[in-house]
Amino acid sequence: MKALSPLHPDDFDYWKAQHLLNRAGFGGTPAQVRGLATMGLPDAVDYIVDYHRIDTESVRADRFAADIMRPMSRADRERMRAARKANDEATLSEFRRRRQAAQRLDRRQMRDIQRWWLTRMIESPRPLEEKMTLFWHGHFATNYRAIEDSYHMFMQNQLFRNYAVGNFKALAHGIIRDPAMLKYLNNDQNRSQHPNENLARELMELFTLGEGHGYTEDDIKQGARALTGYSFRDDEFIDLDSRQYRRRHDDGPKTIFGMTGNYDGDDFVELIFSRRACSEFLCLKLYRYFVNDLPGEPDKPRQNFITAMAKSLRDNKYRLRPVLKQMFASAHFYEPSNVGSRIKSPIQLIVTAMRSLQTPTRQLGALADAADLMGQSIFYPPSVKGWEGGRTWINTSTLFVRQNTLVYMLTGRLPDQYPWDDDGTTYDAMHLVEHLREPDGRINLRDAVTYLLRISLACAVHQERVDGLVAFVEARGGRVDNAMLIALLSLITSMPEYQLS
Amino acid sequence: MDDQTYTRRIFLQRGMSFASLAATAPLFIQRSALGMLQPAGLSSQPGVPEDRVLVVVQLGGGNDGLNTVVPYGNDAYYKARPNLAVPAPGRGTARQPAALQLDGANGIGLHPSFSGFKELIDEGAACVVQGVGYPNPNRSHFTSMDIWHTADTSAKGYGWIGRYVDCTCKGTPGPEQTIAVGRTAPLALQGALQKPVTFETPELFRWMGEDLHPALEEPYQKINRAGRLDQVDPDSQMGFLMRTALDAQVSSDRIRAAVAKRPLVQYPRTRLAGQLRTVASMIRADMSTRVYYVSFGGFDTHAGQAGRHSNLLRQTGDALNAFYRDLKAQGANERVLTMVFSEFGRRVGANASGGTDHGTAAPMYFVGDMVKPGLLGRHPSLTDLDDGDLVFNVDFRSVYAAVLEDWMGTPSKPVLGRAYRKAVIFKPRA
Repeated sequence: MKALSPLHPDDFDYWKAQHLLNRAGFGGTPAQVRGLATMGLPDAVDYIVDYHRIDTESVRADRFAADIMRPMSRADRERMRAARKANDEATLSEFRRRRQAAQRLDRRQMRDIQRWWLTRMIESPRPLEEKMTLFWHGHFATNYRAIEDSYHMFMQNQLFRNYAVGNFKALAHGIIRDPAMLKYLNNDQNRSQHPNENLARELMELFTLGEGHGYTEDDIKQGARALTGYSFRDDEFIDLDSRQYRRRHDDGPKTIFGMTGNYDGDDFVELIFSRRACSEFLCLKLYRYFVNDLPGEPDKPRQNFITAMAKSLRDNKYRLRPVLKQMFASAHFYEPSNVGSRIKSPIQLIVTAMRSLQTPTRQLGALADAADLMGQSIFYPPSVKGWEGGRTWINTSTLFVRQNTLVYMLTGRLPDQYPWDDDGTTYDAMHLVEHLREPDGRINLRDAVTYLLRISLACAVHQERVDGLVAFVEARGGRVDNAMLIALLSLITSMPEYQLS
Repeated sequence: MDDQTYTRRIFLQRGMSFASLAATAPLFIQRSALGMLQPAGLSSQPGVPEDRVLVVVQLGGGNDGLNTVVPYGNDAYYKARPNLAVPAPGRGTARQPAALQLDGANGIGLHPSFSGFKELIDEGAACVVQGVGYPNPNRSHFTSMDIWHTADTSAKGYGWIGRYVDCTCKGTPGPEQTIAVGRTAPLALQGALQKPVTFETPELFRWMGEDLHPALEEPYQKINRAGRLDQVDPDSQMGFLMRTALDAQVSSDRIRAAVAKRPLVQYPRTRLAGQLRTVASMIRADMSTRVYYVSFGGFDTHAGQAGRHSNLLRQTGDALNAFYRDLKAQGANERVLTMVFSEFGRRVGANASGGTDHGTAAPMYFVGDMVKPGLLGRHPSLTDLDDGDLVFNVDFRSVYAAVLEDWMGTPSKPVLGRAYRKAVIFKPRA
């Protein structure tokens, strides 16, 4: 397919490798970028996408406590009913207190999980795995506030990680069994006697086909009937062989997309994935996430690229890995108009800064709060549509938060705390420019400034930026030492173009 | 909302009619330039002035409505809360002062510590809307707060004030349409297009890097105030970022200049009073902001409520009082409406720890010269309860609808998603 034709291997240089690592992951150190560049294009792409070959700590199901929000036991339920009947305020308030104590504990665990995932994004040797997990989190957006069970959010996060570059259709089958999703879209209340359309609607509108793409209100109604009984008890999906499922499921014939059968939820997913719109919808979203998210409809060449991706996804029976490889190897992906053209999400901003500049870890809680202030709190997407992204990340207030968060990462100085470096960790920025040291031990100022700009900015460096920073250092005596490098990086990370990836 | 049409519209406006202006002028200047071409501004209701301001005060944790607006004439109240009830006027003791009597209110008074607010009612500048809630009340702080913020009982979607600006900004939200004073940006102010300006203290609404060394300020300003660069397409992401960076600098200058002035009245030295003082100074500086948002927590009084709640109400009442005095001294009292709410009230019966647990319906409080003063609506019944909880008689979205239509001057249906009967809050228009 011509639209997907790969970049000429000779053209894959250091800067192309940096672009690949920025987009397929969260950037990296100059050494990591060099390593990728030396591999050559096909191997570099394989290395990124076939990450299963890279060892990493696997996530254990018991990594977090599953039992904080256990449903009430039968005995307790009966005690509570009796207390309510007898107007026994003391017992009732004890139950309420217990529940509130559990909720407090659970919110604390949710914060722990948030930090754990952030750490994983910062440290994982498989950046694409975490980047795709974040993609699915925004795609199948579920907010902890409505779930109030941190373990279910963790389970869902693991589902996304397991299918990160796997099969999209298999993931869709998984999501209609996922307790957090079933609760978020009220499918636990979807019974044959009183169907609830929420999951059926969003499954087509937001997860697979896109609004108005070849389905009717009636398809939603019939799809909802197919999904009746898909629910969970505690942490488990209620089996389709169980009596409870059979009692709640509407087994009658349904007509969906003009076809009739005694469909269940999984049949419904299969029917959806037989539609062409499904691959096109997902590929547009992947394109916006990885290649370019300019507002408005994609122009002709971009649309051709997306169409070719979608065909490839169908040919590969919804397996993502080959499609991602084609995308990351394509000449289109590396076109100048696509490099440095995406606005970093708050998570991308923080994790990339940490991974590429190697700043100290600082307080993860403060960084998670900062991301929230910038509009992206992981596990708390604003709606079932996920994060709007693109230009909506940026306004006058988030721009200051972005700049100040970088100052914090570089200096350890929280905006309302003095003195700087209160956590006792000084950032060593000299390591970035050591290789520029000349035989006489000196580092050329202009070389250092140009280099810092090039490794920090995704787009071409404007001459005015180099001149401005060189003039600044010269006015201060011209010495390139650690304090001066931190000052330079503070200025560079305050540049509008630093927000681009 | 169709985002794409908006984007296209922005493009048309910037790309064609204002191409040269767009490259250099901050967004707010463009907006006023556009305003000159479009006869209707933000307001779509004839007769509603454009400079009206809404200030939202959020009481976090679930304020105990029954001990704030006290039904002292009702025996059921004293039966349900033998040790926690506020005594009827004339029956107070040194340890438990009596409820404040309200003119014309039969058997219903205010908590003695809420005197700052009572004074405003007496002057005809404040009211209480009684028994506000929603069907199938949720007792989780977070979910119920989100329900109030989204005006949606499933607690999903954007904030109601964010949607209000989305609906009225004609695709180009101004940079300071909504301002939240606090650590995080409240959901209520989040729209698809509109995002609030948020800062904890105005001193933090700026680049902190200049504290590292004074010499950094000049190069920083040069980078961030440029607004444009040679060879950078104003419609590119970079062009957009450079304009927003300039906007941020201008906004920061304006806000920090606004709050640098000494207020016209004395404020108590409390957190809430400090936040409202900041808001008053921004109103005084004639900023274009339509909605300010402040929050004040600590109302989750499960145990040892009496002393804590009294303290919280004193802080709230006194802060609202000082804020109103300041607005009056500025001559802004007629164009500012303050709305006070909490995510839920508390249960009718006290618990075993001298406190109260999460409940349902509760009053809302308004301050402003245009409100119908006194107690509005009916006090919820203390005997006709739902599992020990008060039953609401005004849906909070009816209150929002009244604020949107009668105060902000905009149709409420596009904002709230459906039509609600407006609650009576305001005087008939003079």
